[in-house]
Amino acid sequence: MAPETPATPAVLYVDLHLIHEVTSPQAFALLRERGVSVRRPELTLATMDHSTPTRTAQIFGGAPIAIESAARQIRELEVNCAQFGVELLGLTSELRGIVHVIGPDLGLTQPGKTIVCGDSHTSTHGAVGALAFGIGTTEVAHVLATQCLLQRKPRTLAVEVEGALQAGVTAKDLILAIIGRLGVAGGTGHVIEYRGAAIRALDMDERMTVCNMSIEAGARAGMIAPDETTYEYLAARPRAPKGAAWERSLAAWRALPTDSGARFDRELRLDAGDLEPMITWGTNPGMVVPISGAIPEQRADAAFARALSYMGFEAGQPIKDQPVNVVFLGSCTNARLSDLRSAAGLLRGRRIARGLTMLVVPGSQQVKRQAEAEGLDRVFIEAGAEWRESGCSMCLGMNGDTVPRGEYAVSTSNRNFEGRQGAGARTLLASPLTAAATAVRGRVTDPRELL
Amino acid sequence: MEPFTTLISRTVVLPATDIDTDQIIPARFLTTTTRAGLGTHLFADWRYDERGAPRPDFVLNRPESAGCRILVAGRNFGCGSSREHAPWALLDHGFRAVVSTGIADIFRNNSLKNGLLPVIVDEATSGWLLEHPGAELSVDLAAGILGLPTGGRVSFPIEAFARHCLLNGVDELGYLLSRSGEIEAYERRA
Repeated sequence: MAPETPATPAVLYVDLHLIHEVTSPQAFALLRERGVSVRRPELTLATMDHSTPTRTAQIFGGAPIAIESAARQIRELEVNCAQFGVELLGLTSELRGIVHVIGPDLGLTQPGKTIVCGDSHTSTHGAVGALAFGIGTTEVAHVLATQCLLQRKPRTLAVEVEGALQAGVTAKDLILAIIGRLGVAGGTGHVIEYRGAAIRALDMDERMTVCNMSIEAGARAGMIAPDETTYEYLAARPRAPKGAAWERSLAAWRALPTDSGARFDRELRLDAGDLEPMITWGTNPGMVVPISGAIPEQRADAAFARALSYMGFEAGQPIKDQPVNVVFLGSCTNARLSDLRSAAGLLRGRRIARGLTMLVVPGSQQVKRQAEAEGLDRVFIEAGAEWRESGCSMCLGMNGDTVPRGEYAVSTSNRNFEGRQGAGARTLLASPLTAAATAVRGRVTDPRELL
Repeated sequence: MEPFTTLISRTVVLPATDIDTDQIIPARFLTTTTRAGLGTHLFADWRYDERGAPRPDFVLNRPESAGCRILVAGRNFGCGSSREHAPWALLDHGFRAVVSTGIADIFRNNSLKNGLLPVIVDEATSGWLLEHPGAELSVDLAAGILGLPTGGRVSFPIEAFARHCLLNGVDELGYLLSRSGEIEAYERRA
């Protein structure tokens, strides 16, 4: 809307504002306090996912939502959306789901849009070539009230991935490897553009997995230039432009990719062909090793010692064959249809290990229905896993789904912070394939051994 | 927002690096619809044991931490989740400034919107601060200077508009609303 000056940040107009139950109540309270309305309700979409339960009885069965404060948050979002005229994909909506799954699902996430949400994984939407990043609740209020945000221009970081991923090595392994190289603060102050042959070869779900975890390297946003894969994905989406509007949009989108020869503030190069399945061993996503590898050798570093002690691991210990109690297949990183398909492919005709709990939580109600139409729910249930309604679930342990204290979970989510999946929970982040293989054996398993 | 001009306080030191916002306030305390009272849950899993009793060895539970308004932490403080509950909890506990060699983008942004000052310093200064818990520091926001008890004066960067807002207690929402004429013109063009 207005460029930055030395004295003032740019005023950035927001094309799509996604909101959810956990980071919006205080923003609506601020609007009430100031007596202002939502400037562009039609550019705002609400859903519930974070503190929303995943048990069918609590969503559809009339059972009370077990966490009373979560039930209040859900009711408050319903009231706020009704009062301020914002569309809500509510508790029983067939379009409800994790906010970063439904935006692209509906075709609202489009190239060139500015997209914000009170959630750090908003970077997911960069997969279509949108500028998308997470904001805090005060900024949620700014956008509700003015459709604008104050922003300084970020620096640019090119992550160039050549080569091709080997069989059994996925987009999740790629982004974990990138975070391992950059470190958890390596992208601070930057927007990442993922480029190169290996990125071009990814489908849209995989591109979303990559962009989703940009924030785990400290970058608020990650983007991939739109191309035919993007347009093909969007063409069939219910809220993508149609007819002449589609043609106009397409022409504009084709002009978006970075100019050849453009210079970035920083660059990182890697070859996808060198990668194997990756898994985290520590308490941030940068503490990651190839699955055939070992936890690093002891070093004089307090963070290293603390992570080892929290995880109950020893320096130099191989990560493979580590016993696991829980497997979580879900989250905005890896709960789209292709993630469920790949895990189900490995589980078909097999059973999860005795004593292990596996939770499968689709990214949206749409994904759930599509998976059920393909019979994937039967594969998971017959293997011994639980099949739930969509939501953030065990990713962040605030909706009733948690990993018990001291137990080990292999999770397809995005954060292995201390207590992230529940107080005392120990998280190992990995791909849906690795999660499924680990569920079968009850210990950390290279999925290539079971493919 | 209350203006921020100068601050003089002893420090509390958390030397850990990469302290994420899940540590600052775990997600299970985010099922609230207000910003009040979050200080009780600040660093909950480090501060209290499984039964909810304070862990005597955690720095915030020690008597000398009472009344300290400056938190010194290892690099990359506030990484992870965008939850504004993190600065709300720090402020509710009584902190007004966080000093580190690096502060994560979203946390820094959220802090500035609430009057919690992010102070980024060089490795040497950070090293000294980490080794001297309880040191009395002065923060002069107008000059962008952190004063050490050694007499050392260290400048810290702060974005010009954020500084203006903090010094004058200006609220950014008011500023954005004052530009609604331009926003309307932009919407007509778009």
